Order: sequence, then C-alpha cells, then structure tokens
Amino acid sequence: MADLFQLLVAGLATGGIYALVAIGFVLLWQTSQTINFAQGEFVMLPAFFVLAAMKLGGLSFSLAILIGFAVSLVVLGLLFKRLVVDPMIRHGVLPLVISTIALAILMKEGVKEFYAADAQPFPALWATTNFSVGGAVISVQSLVIIAVAVVAIAALQYFLAATKTGRRMQATAQNPTLARILGIPVGRMILYTFLINAGLVALASFLVSPIYLAKFTNGETLGLVAFIAAIVGGFNQVRGAILGGLLLGVIDNIVAAYLSAQYRAAIPLFLLVAVIVFRPQGLLGRAEERTV
Amino acid sequence: MRIRVAALAAALCLGAVAAQAQQKVKMPIVIELSGAGAVSGTNFRDGALLAIEEINAKGGILGRKIDAPQSDTQSNPGVSRAQVQKALDGDPYVLLGPVFSGSVKVNMILAQQAEVPQITGAEGAEITQAGNPYIFRTSFGQQMSMPKIANYIRDGLKAKTVALLWVNNDFGKGGRDTFMKEMAARNIKVVADVSTESGQVDFAADVVKIKSANADTIFVYINEEESARFLREARKQGVKTPLIGETTLLSQKVIELAGDAANGVRGHVGLTVDAPVAAVLAFRERFFKRYKYLPDHNGLKGYTGVYAVKYATEKTGKFDRKLLAKTMHGLTITPEQEPGVLVEATWDDKGDIDRISFLAEVVDGKQKVVQILPKLGK
Repeated sequence: MADLFQLLVAGLATGGIYALVAIGFVLLWQTSQTINFAQGEFVMLPAFFVLAAMKLGGLSFSLAILIGFAVSLVVLGLLFKRLVVDPMIRHGVLPLVISTIALAILMKEGVKEFYAADAQPFPALWATTNFSVGGAVISVQSLVIIAVAVVAIAALQYFLAATKTGRRMQATAQNPTLARILGIPVGRMILYTFLINAGLVALASFLVSPIYLAKFTNGETLGLVAFIAAIVGGFNQVRGAILGGLLLGVIDNIVAAYLSAQYRAAIPLFLLVAVIVFRPQGLLGRAEERTV
Repeated sequence: MRIRVAALAAALCLGAVAAQAQQKVKMPIVIELSGAGAVSGTNFRDGALLAIEEINAKGGILGRKIDAPQSDTQSNPGVSRAQVQKALDGDPYVLLGPVFSGSVKVNMILAQQAEVPQITGAEGAEITQAGNPYIFRTSFGQQMSMPKIANYIRDGLKAKTVALLWVNNDFGKGGRDTFMKEMAARNIKVVADVSTESGQVDFAADVVKIKSANADTIFVYINEEESARFLREARKQGVKTPLIGETTLLSQKVIELAGDAANGVRGHVGLTVDAPVAAVLAFRERFFKRYKYLPDHNGLKGYTGVYAVKYATEKTGKFDRKLLAKTMHGLTITPEQEPGVLVEATWDDKGDIDRISFLAEVVDGKQKVVQILPKLGK
C-alpha cells in the first residue's frame, strides 16, 4: 500500500508536468487552430536558456531562471507567433503542422550543435529532501511539482474565467468573427495565448529538467505524451487537458511498476486508441460537429 | 608554352598533395556523438584525439602523421554500420570505435571482412567471443569485470541478496546475463530483476520496485545519463541500501550529473582518471587542460587505444593491418615500453584486455579509489 501511495504521488508529479504542456496544446488550438508539434521542444529549450545565462552570462541560478523565463516568452511566444504561425496559418492547418515539425528538428539540432549533445545537470529549485508517511517515502520535490502545477493551473483558470481579458480570450476562442465585431482585439488575444503557452512550457521545463536532466532530446517523449493527454482529456477543454495529463502520469507509473516497464511507452497510445473508439471528443471534451 | 608550364605546375601540385596524403595514416573515429551514447562517445573521441595530437606533434607513427576523420553513429546500430562502411571505403589502417556494444555487434563484421583492426570501447561479453581476429577492446569485457564485482558483493559487502537494475540494450543484457551467472556461482540470491530502457528519463516506478525487494544491496548496470537520473530518483525516494555499480555508475560524468545523489555509490571500475597512478593522473591533467572537463573511463579507452596501435605498429616496423592484428594478440605493453598506455595492458588471443582495475567509492562528489585489483593473469 505504501508503494502504491508513493507511485501515486510520483505519478501526479509527472502528470502535473504533462498537464502544463497539454494545456498549451489546447489553448493554441482553441484560439488559433495551431497544433504545435514542437511543443515538446518548447519544454526542452527554456532549460538551456537558463544554463546558457549561467554559463555565458555568469548569472546566478535565480537570476538565470528569470532571464530564461523572459527569453522563453519572447522566443517561444512572440517570435513563434510572428515568424512561424502568422505566415503559415493562412495556408491551413497542415502546412502549419509541418512547419512546427520542422521547427522541432531545428530546435533539437540547434541545441545539440551550439550547446551540447549530452545531458547537462540542471539545478533543482528546492532541496531534494523527503519524509515518511505510513511507510511511504514522499519526496518534497514531487510535492513542489504538484503544488506549482496546481497553482499555475488554478491561476490560469481564474484568469480565463474571472478577468476581462480572460473572458475576451474565451470569446475569441469560441467565435473570433463575432468577437471582432464586438470590438475585441482578436489579434492581441491570440498573442496572449501564445505568451501563456510559452510561460507554461517554461515552467514545465524548470520543473522537469532537474529530474530528467537538460538534454536536446527531452522534448520527444514529453511532446508526444502531452499531445495524447490533450486528446484523451478533450482537445477543446482546458480541464480535459489537466485530467488527461494527470491520468497519463499516474497510469504510466503504475503500469511500469506492476505490469511491464517495457510496454510503459505504449500505454498512452492504447489509451488514445480507446478514447478515439469509445469517446472521440475526449473524457471531458465537447462533441463538435463539422459539415461539408 | 604557357599551357605547358601551367600543366607542369598543376602536376607538381597534385603530386605534392598526393605525397602529403600518402604520408598520413588514416584512423577514422566512428563513435556516438549524439543520442544515448553521447557521453561515452564524446569522451572516447576526445581521448583518442588527444593521443593523436600528441603523437602527431612528435612526428607521427613511423614518420607518418595520423588523420582521424570523425563520424557520428547517433548511438544507432544501423547508422553505425553505414558509418563504418563509409570509413572502410576510405581504406583506413585502423578503425577507432564505437563504444556501444549493440553498434559494435552489427558493424564489426564489416571491419573483419575488410581486414581492418578495430579498437572498441564496447564491453558486451559476446563481442570477443565471435572469433573475429580484428576486434580489440580497450576496456574489460563483462566476462572479466563481473567476477570482480561479484567477489566484492560477496566478500566486501557480505550480501546474501541483491536487487538488479539493468538497461535493456546489448550492453545491459550482456551484463545482466553474466552477472546472474556470477551470482548463482556464489549462492547470492537475485531478489529483483528490473529492466529499464535506454534513454529512460523517469525512474520513479523502478526505484519503488527495487526498494520493495528489500535486498542487501542494489546492483545498477545502466548507461551514464540514465545512471544519473536513477541516482537522483533514488535520493528522492530515500533509498538507504548500498548502491553498487560497474564502471558507469561511478563515472565522472555520472557524478557531475547526479550531484550529491552520487555520494556513497560504490563499485568496480576498470579504468578511472582518479586512479592512484602517476601516469593516469598526468593524463587527467592534460585532458582537462585541453577540453576543460574531466574525462571518464571512455576518455582513457580512446587515449590508450591509439597508443597501443602506435606501439604495435612501431614494433612491426610497417603499416600492415594483418600483421598489426596478429601482433596485438598476446601482446603486453608496459608504460616503460610505451608511456601512452598509462598502465600495463595485455591483449589475449580473442582481443580481450587485461590490466589492473579498481574498487572505488564516491565521496564528497569525487571518485575515491579504495583498492587496486591485480591483473587477472597475475
């Protein structure tokens, strides 16, 4: 029982990170029909911004985190929208998807070429201590990850539901044409979405890199699992992405411990197939009709 | 007249270029520079290049300088095979690399067919069991190192049970099978047998499984980056059982990546730059000065491999690949004969190496050698 509890906590911590990344998928899709297949690499890159600031700029870790966060907002939010999404989206979803795949390769190879091909240590934001509860050893690191993810998600939900800008963003997501008629600056709302996504991936990067170590390949699995989490939860609902992320994190750990470590990577795919067959809109998603 | 002069000049230039090319001896380095083996491959490559720079600065081997083009296997056996074929098409004298056993297993047949000696850092037991007369190790094979670690678990730790964590690739599978045999021979019970994947990033579930086995000791046999991630997770989950490894778990890169979590790790290391041997410590300084990082055992493998080739070639007095392979079988090189080998090494008739090795422990973020083990042949 103690083992199960430990696995649950570790799974929720992993799932919290998946959820942050999955929310980004949903936000971009809802507001701009952007499917960002470089989302995993977006999680990989901020850690290297921080390491570069420390190594090249000689900055302290805390200052480098702030710089890394700011650079992430500019590069992964503003520049991504201006240089990749805006020119491509008018040609449809597919060219944009292909562009983000190309961007993912460019980012991976860029980090490999200009920083390092091997893993780099990334300092933890907190001390790696633990405590015992009923025989289960609980890591403070896992609890901090869960807490940060919960606070970030709660703040986002509050922002979207209870602020004027958040409601404008929701209006933009639901019907951009009508939102524009009502005087909502749709372009700016979409930009905010990209900035929020950049903030979420940067946060995920700072949480996961002390555990996974900073490496140019880190985005490969993270991006795929978060994408699946978003679909499993419901690609048109932020709360769906949260559920999908947490579910995959917990299932992954329990399967690896009690069933098979070899097939753990296949579990998200099984889950994806099951959801597509039995509940195509996702666990918490809304069914949408499209006509031709 | 002008055309004749130009043609003569061109011919002279071409002749000079051809002569210069002929003066060089080709030793391509086919190695893991990206992917899961990037740490190992980069260390091996840098060690080999350091040796090559030193040798070239002193005039080369038998008056010919070494040319060492590099190619990246991407830690992928299929890519490594293509890269080895490409290197062999350049008519090399010797092939250096790769390090990953899975890659060596699929590409060593090409070097054998081309009759090109291949100096590898791979440790997979079966590599030297295939009857290939052109393969030579620069580190212990698992059949040499596992008995040493098994003796340490039995005699040093007095363990009756052990939990095993290994990586599911050729290196890990070979090590796991050899380790199981050695444990059975010593009546030590393996109470958990946990396989992990190459490149795995999340070890939470694996640590829970290993912990719940309640073994006297935990033996970890995975690659460097995964070792660091495992150690960090083990620290997170408060693992108190002794963590034992064979070379990779105690390597300098793992210590750097794992930080405090590496403290207390113990085990056997075939090669280490922290060995209390003056020549090895001097190598460590030269390497650090040249590359600004401390090498792990793979740096030593690359470095000593090049010097072994140099010594054997100078012993034969000519660049003859078949003769080189023949000479290296049964060859012993002492540091007095060739300082670049750093410590005395012997290659047997299969290409396996024998030299002293070490029991070590990680203390305050540094690898500390606690015992020197003699050559198996002594």
